[in-house]
Amino acid sequence: MSILSEVRLIMGKDLRIERRSKIALNQVAPFAILIVVLFGFALNADRAALTTFTPGLYWVTVLLASILAVHRSVAIEAGEGAREGLLLSGLRPASIFLGKATALISQIFLVSIVLLGAVVIFYDARVDDAVLLVTSLVSAVVGVGAAGTLYGALLGAQRARETVLPILLLPVLAPVLIAATRAFGDAMGTVATDGWAWTALLASFAAIYVAMGVVSHGVLMEEN
Amino acid sequence: MAVVALSDVVVLLGRFPALAGATLSVEAGQSVLLQGANGAGKSTLLRLCAGLLRPENGTATVLGSDLFKDRRAVRQKVGYVGHLSMLYDDLSVAENLRFWANAAGVSEKQERAAAERMAIDGRLFDVPVKALSAGQRRRTALAVAAARRPSLWLLDEPHAGLDQAGRDIVDELITDAAAAGGAVLVASHELDRVAPVVDRFVTIAGGLAIEQSQTQQAGGHVDLV
Repeated sequence: MSILSEVRLIMGKDLRIERRSKIALNQVAPFAILIVVLFGFALNADRAALTTFTPGLYWVTVLLASILAVHRSVAIEAGEGAREGLLLSGLRPASIFLGKATALISQIFLVSIVLLGAVVIFYDARVDDAVLLVTSLVSAVVGVGAAGTLYGALLGAQRARETVLPILLLPVLAPVLIAATRAFGDAMGTVATDGWAWTALLASFAAIYVAMGVVSHGVLMEEN
Repeated sequence: MAVVALSDVVVLLGRFPALAGATLSVEAGQSVLLQGANGAGKSTLLRLCAGLLRPENGTATVLGSDLFKDRRAVRQKVGYVGHLSMLYDDLSVAENLRFWANAAGVSEKQERAAAERMAIDGRLFDVPVKALSAGQRRRTALAVAAARRPSLWLLDEPHAGLDQAGRDIVDELITDAAAAGGAVLVASHELDRVAPVVDRFVTIAGGLAIEQSQTQQAGGHVDLV
């Protein structure tokens, strides 16, 4: 089987499971919207403040929601020992990484789009540069998905992964938070900065973590 | 050539030597019952032979592959059924069978034959695995392994949770696999059940010392220090 077929097999399996369980749609997305609403309460529904801080609030929310999605992605393999089944299957570790990362990225992207609608509605956010916004969003989500899959594999079937994952992953995702906030600030006209430069940083982050995942996923699966 | 050839193999689980000097030789066409108390190392031995655990010391060859050098090559050739089903709860029986068959490069025909072999009721095909009973899960897990037509079966308490018909099917599976030139390692506490269908007994005792007994012929032995 070609590597592309293997990636599609793993991705299809994860997305089918998500379609059945609806975790992203019924749990992760509502959780993210709830945070957006709570941020609104915390800032006393101050329109000016919300507009100014929309990019940062949006990306903090995306990262927190992503942690839940990563948990779910890891839990799929950990529950009934399917992770060992994957080891026994003969599928390439790189294919498993790419398949799982692609499925995770799809889910985070879906939640990000829903959230984008939420900040437009609740924070009165406006978009000045849609191309920059979409490009930076895609770059950031790929980075988050790739890093999440990598760190999910690192923790594997460990019982403490629910608590350890955010501690490990959030600091790693700090560059994404900073760069994506700046790029969104430019795209939404709240910050005078070069959003494309920050987007290039996001793309570099994504490329590095995809490459790291492809190279190291086999070792991580073996060790955990 | 022995299908399984272990000599003074040490396996550590953390710092605990789950196997501390295991020696075992199994030829093609043999079926072996691993017996012993809980925690003696039976499951560790099966997982080692499946290429899921790394030996720390000794020599270990399974299906011609050195477990120190290439465990991946072994994994694709074994049919391992452990305590966990390795199935996806949210997928149906048919989807699980198809996924694992695709992953292993097994044809749909082989997959269907395996499901028939394990007498999985056709009405269950569209049922999510999370809705299955323990016995139905077990049958599905065995069908996933059977579809691969493994050269070496590694079965950990294969009768657990199965009804009488299912137990009979497992017995046939063991007998047929050995008769077809494969090798079978079965870890079980149900000695009365398994004894009639295996060629040899290997006892892993006490976690410290291993004694071997056999039913019909001289065979290997396993030492745990």
